[in-house]
Amino acid sequence: MANDKIRNFCIVAHIDHGKSTLADRILEKTETVAVRDMEDQLLDNMDIERERGITIKARAVRLKYTAQNGEDYIFNLIDTPGHVDFNYEVSRSLAACEGAILVVDASQGIEAQTLANTYLAIEHDLEVVPVVNKIDLPSADPERVCAEVENVIGIPAMDAPRISAKMGTNIEEVLERIVTDVPAPDGDPEKPLKALIFDSYYDSYKGVIIYVRIKEGRVKVGDNIRLMATGAVFNVVEAGFMDASSLVNNGSLEAGEVGYIAASIKSIGDTRVGDTVTNNDFPCDEALPGYRKVNPMVFSGIYPADGAKYGDLRDALEKLQLNDASLSFEPETSIALGFGFRCGFLGLLHMEIIQERLEREYNLDLITTAPSVIYKVTMTNGDVQYIDNPTNYPDPALIQTAEEPVVKASILSPSEFVGNIMELCQDRRGIFKDMKYLDDTRVELHYELPLNEIVYDFFDVLKSRTKGYASFDYEMLGYVPSKLVKLDILLNGDIVDALSFIIHADKAYGRARKIAEKLKENIPRQLFEVPIQAAIGGKIIARETVKAMRKDVLAKCYGGDITRKKKLLEKQKEGKKRMRQLGTVEVPQEAFMSVLKLDS
Amino acid sequence: MNTLGLYIHVPFCGKKCRYCDFYSVSYTSSNADAYTDAVLRNIEHYSDKTAVLDTVYFGGGTPSLLSAEQLSKFITHIKTYFELSDNAEITLEANPNTLTYEKLAKLREIGINRLSIGVQSMLDDELKLLGRTHTAERAVKSVYAAEKAGFGNISCDLMTALPNQTAEKLRLSIDRMAELPIQHISAYILKIEKGTPFDCNEIRNAVPTDDETAELYMTMTERLREKGFFQYEVSNFSKRGFESRHNCRYWKCLDYIGIGPSAHSCYKGKRFAAAPDIKAFIGSPVQQTEITDSSPCGFEEFSMLRLRLAEGLDLKDVEAHRSDIEKKIPPLIQAGYVKYNGEKVSLTEKGFLMSNSVIEYLIF
Repeated sequence: MANDKIRNFCIVAHIDHGKSTLADRILEKTETVAVRDMEDQLLDNMDIERERGITIKARAVRLKYTAQNGEDYIFNLIDTPGHVDFNYEVSRSLAACEGAILVVDASQGIEAQTLANTYLAIEHDLEVVPVVNKIDLPSADPERVCAEVENVIGIPAMDAPRISAKMGTNIEEVLERIVTDVPAPDGDPEKPLKALIFDSYYDSYKGVIIYVRIKEGRVKVGDNIRLMATGAVFNVVEAGFMDASSLVNNGSLEAGEVGYIAASIKSIGDTRVGDTVTNNDFPCDEALPGYRKVNPMVFSGIYPADGAKYGDLRDALEKLQLNDASLSFEPETSIALGFGFRCGFLGLLHMEIIQERLEREYNLDLITTAPSVIYKVTMTNGDVQYIDNPTNYPDPALIQTAEEPVVKASILSPSEFVGNIMELCQDRRGIFKDMKYLDDTRVELHYELPLNEIVYDFFDVLKSRTKGYASFDYEMLGYVPSKLVKLDILLNGDIVDALSFIIHADKAYGRARKIAEKLKENIPRQLFEVPIQAAIGGKIIARETVKAMRKDVLAKCYGGDITRKKKLLEKQKEGKKRMRQLGTVEVPQEAFMSVLKLDS
Repeated sequence: MNTLGLYIHVPFCGKKCRYCDFYSVSYTSSNADAYTDAVLRNIEHYSDKTAVLDTVYFGGGTPSLLSAEQLSKFITHIKTYFELSDNAEITLEANPNTLTYEKLAKLREIGINRLSIGVQSMLDDELKLLGRTHTAERAVKSVYAAEKAGFGNISCDLMTALPNQTAEKLRLSIDRMAELPIQHISAYILKIEKGTPFDCNEIRNAVPTDDETAELYMTMTERLREKGFFQYEVSNFSKRGFESRHNCRYWKCLDYIGIGPSAHSCYKGKRFAAAPDIKAFIGSPVQQTEITDSSPCGFEEFSMLRLRLAEGLDLKDVEAHRSDIEKKIPPLIQAGYVKYNGEKVSLTEKGFLMSNSVIEYLIF
């Protein structure tokens, strides 16, 4: 197939604006999927993706389209994650395309995430094809939304296709635009192989399957390929493309094409997204630009509720890591929670998804600690430490400066909520940067926010204060010096390591009080009174008490029936095994989880 | 010579009380006759002359529904097949409505020397709510009749944590009860048992909370002490020298044989129980029992039972566990739950209220 008959594109959209529905319609119209095999969100095949309406893993599917000009075209639709946590993956997927379809909801307009991803597409020189979706909604206002796209993004949009992916209206127009507006790929098939890895996943029969965009040269079964970042060499077993449901091994891929390679690769760690694949015997001179190793930004301790499940948790994490090289974990031990793992995530959504998958797919009952970011601490002796676990925070006397990560946050919202948003951002130590009106009713705000202020519940609170209308996106800016303190929680006078966290000094009192209250609610009354204290260093800054239980007695004894009493005590003892015993204090696992949701 | 106790369960009631989940059936005279015969067969069956029979306890149910003649047969039979001690404590549980002077005189005559009367409350509204068939006045009359008939060891039951019970009402009940010529009070905290008429929202919402119950219990122990009734067990109070010898057998892991449907025994190194089934009891030559514990009175059980007694657990009796226990004592003393004199650990009143947790913490 000549390159001028290939179109490589992705779809950029905000959650719920119809990306997956449009993808479904395109698959149908191009008859890639028989209607009887059609199910919603066909490309999102993880349960969690379908439930949350999000895409976590990138995918590529090849479609055949006969255009109105009578020519046959090959479309490669690359489905990308949309969320900021997977920003780097998104950028690599975009780098595999020449065009992006920008789907905007005709009633809601542009959202923060769309904007971020559209800018990313423009940065990668992609041709952006705007499409206005959901014109069937009574509240649809395509003219306004088209104007917004022109104003905000600065691309022509007045003649954008008005479609309803749900009803299947005007889908052909989108397909024709792909042919006419998205450039054909270039690249010389005779040059040495140069291919971009934009995703990979682990298949238990074939090993790691890598998704590639061939930029130069060709690859075929039997070739020895080298992954340039890691230097690992493999022999190609399959090379081909993916139709809607399966891999089609057609033996080779050429410059301009998108497809997959299987080469008996055992570890996903070898196939890093953004890396360049070349031919080991006929290598290219230099790798494609832009490769970087993604680093976790958010950390949390994950422990099995039942200590005996530690091995199961390790196995589950290892399996998840097969498909997700950005998930990191290492064993850690907590006095309070026993044996578990310190896990690193790309962001909050990533963390939630991993936790949810561990619980659902691996049937594990987990206790997680409060998410932490990485703090940069310069010691008085000049050493620099990066702290991802509050327990390891050094003695303040030995700290010269402490720094925390800051993000650039962009919030889009109807203008009526500006006051609420500003209040929230201010409360989260945000620094206001600017605000601009997208049109009469919608604004975009920019703030610099400390990452540790958004890792708890920022998004939830933002949603509740804007009736669900605001959208939010962020990118890392760097580290700034900060007045940080380590806040410890003590139960009956002993520090509970799993509850310690690092916080800005100004916020310590408020947080301490809330945590103490939450713990009081969630620790049941027991034999001994439980003093709950929050402390910075040796100084107590908040205090609550769970009063001792007062009545726990079996008063009567029926005709010498002793066994009943004994059984009751044995049962009572057994019941307490589900609690964490910290000294004389029994703490239910809900208490550990309760401190993660302070505003709810 | 070893001592022994005998418990005879009399499963008949005129009317079931609304809070009660003990095994009982309606009284009919033919049933009672058949039951009496079955008890006699069992007395014979368990015959043991190697130990001194120190206590006999007729519990129920409502044992006072049996006639003095029927009870007399039991006692005569017991004397034949056991070594009944001359000063044996022979207790009969009784409902005030079943007690007349004439009957009491007969009961005293056939050898019963202790009465445990189910008074429960001295306030009529509370009695009505509980589903008791007697009034406070009837209870008072029965106690005086018993005294007149020669009973010098009388116990009354008292319930606390009743729906809408206040400290004032409880004190009033206690004051009225303590005026009577009685030597012993068994004071129970109402427990709502599953499947009883009390197991309903109306009652659950009306009973005091755990904290209020604790207050009521403390009020009760204090008032009883003022009136000369000393606590010797979680739920039992008496004037000096009138502790129930039979009930103490339970707490001290001493042997007792239980006869009757649902009766429990601890005898010759085993705990066993008869099924709660009057038909099976009547229909079998001897009662069928099921072993509930084949090696009772181990460390945990022994300690658990001893700690229900005010005198407490003598660590000499559990020497192997002394250091483990001693380690756990200080926080319990600090919290006011136990006392320790270097030999005996015992629960305080506050400790009795929390006895499940305290005992579990200390022993299990």
